[in-house]
Amino acid sequence: MSDVRFKPVADHALLVEFASEISDEVNRTVIALDHAIAKTQIEGMQEVIPALVNLLAVFDPLQTDHAQVEAAIQKLLPISPARDEEAMHHTVDVCYDEGFSPDLAAVAKACNMSEEAVIAAHGAALYRVGMYGFAPGYAYLAGVPKVIQVPRKTAPVRNIPAGSVMIAGPQCLATTIVMPTGWSIIGHTPAKIMTGNPDRPFLFEVGDTVSFNRIRREAL
Amino acid sequence: MSSARLRVVHAGPLVSIQDGGRFGQMRFGVSASGPMDRISFAIANTALGQPETATGIEVSLGGLILECKEGAVSFAVAGGGFSVDCAGNNSTSWTVQTLHEGQKLSIRGGVWGSWAYVAFAGILKAKTWLGSTATHSMSGFGGGALQSGQDIAIDDARIANDRLGDLPCPAFAKPDGEAHVVTGPQDRHFARSSVETFLSSPYNFTDAFDRMGVRLNGPELHLSEALSIPSEPILRGSVQVAGDGVPTVLLADHQTTGGYPKVATVISSDMDRLSQMRAHDSIKFVAVSPGQAVAMARSEAQTRRVYLDELAKPRPSLNERLLRENLIGGVVSGADE
Repeated sequence: MSDVRFKPVADHALLVEFASEISDEVNRTVIALDHAIAKTQIEGMQEVIPALVNLLAVFDPLQTDHAQVEAAIQKLLPISPARDEEAMHHTVDVCYDEGFSPDLAAVAKACNMSEEAVIAAHGAALYRVGMYGFAPGYAYLAGVPKVIQVPRKTAPVRNIPAGSVMIAGPQCLATTIVMPTGWSIIGHTPAKIMTGNPDRPFLFEVGDTVSFNRIRREAL
Repeated sequence: MSSARLRVVHAGPLVSIQDGGRFGQMRFGVSASGPMDRISFAIANTALGQPETATGIEVSLGGLILECKEGAVSFAVAGGGFSVDCAGNNSTSWTVQTLHEGQKLSIRGGVWGSWAYVAFAGILKAKTWLGSTATHSMSGFGGGALQSGQDIAIDDARIANDRLGDLPCPAFAKPDGEAHVVTGPQDRHFARSSVETFLSSPYNFTDAFDRMGVRLNGPELHLSEALSIPSEPILRGSVQVAGDGVPTVLLADHQTTGGYPKVATVISSDMDRLSQMRAHDSIKFVAVSPGQAVAMARSEAQTRRVYLDELAKPRPSLNERLLRENLIGGVVSGADE
């Protein structure tokens, strides 16, 4: 990975950026650095927030500063991208049946495919948790196959129920709370991404891999 | 152990249960929440001898009226210049009193400030989420918004006679019309004249102001070229600029990631004061280097520590109270200003 950019943020954070454009390799590199920081005791580090092309290292300015945190992270670089074989894998049930997939027909039409072909393509892909963001438990899954990639709707739709499985561009997301969205809803999952388990409150770690298992409405 | 039961007679919008905040979960899409003005919250708790982050109530300009249905409990109010009426005894924020059975406590917006905090001598019972009672407004998780008609319970309720009286309102808890920022992370993508405009023009708070952020009113800021940045982590204090060129300062319940460019980030030690401003108040953003920002955070923490350590001590006699007020006089501005 070429030049890494460090950018101080306020008095208490450092943005570490690997590229300005999203790519699979860049996101895997962010994930590798996130794991490496977690294994290293960096003085004053409070939390690390990995994203698609960068991560934010948040620290206690009473204990350390931007320069010391940058030096500590420099010691972990260069770093090879994280590999799927080392990631935890999750299989998540999804129901694409009528009544649970309000935008499936529109996606099929936009992609010039049958609904069954869209379902097959979505269900056959392997996804990676690229980051969480926006709202609690909103895990952005990278890996939507090109043939079923559709842009966001021009205007968001309100009151989308929790558990909606939706896609936009190369990303897929299963919602955890009722929210407006401009993404296309193609299914529903009974999986609880917010588990309620205090030891592992969120089902996925950033970098985990995910695949979908088709279920019918009777199994919901 | 005794407990107290309070009826929420009236709770305005955005009156909610908070504790110190829910830290370490931004990587899962969860911002820290907690009080908009963290130091005033810590002061309310410390004034009663409670841990700084113990669960309390954040009161918005919508106001709060509580009626004690059972028991009795001492409480502290800090933050802003709100009007406090406890059973006919009128004061401003910055007071410790006791609420007895049958009495009402009313807290309403006053001469300045957007948020006041009520702490209780005891344990305010509230729902926790991810180990914290702080209310996350987007989801409603945590202790939650208070609703008129509901009852709240305080376990181990105490009457703290050695704590009663007025609190000195520290100068650092008042807005001063300025916020220090470190520019970026996307400052290089703005037209240079736009960064200069941001740092030299006064901006006003608008009434698009809630726990997630406040939209500003002032000169528009322009990017040097059309920019699409990948969604990236953001913080309390990020100044993001949407496509319309209008800056928004993100606050306690901010989204954890966003794709709008940030012209600057407000330093942590100025966020409490900034959050106490009101719609139409004017603010100027002053750039500092990252090193200066760290130095300011350390200096502010030291000033706050001196105040809190003095406040943590009970006040058994009038002489000791006077002595203490002299000791902290250096950081105090009159509450009547």
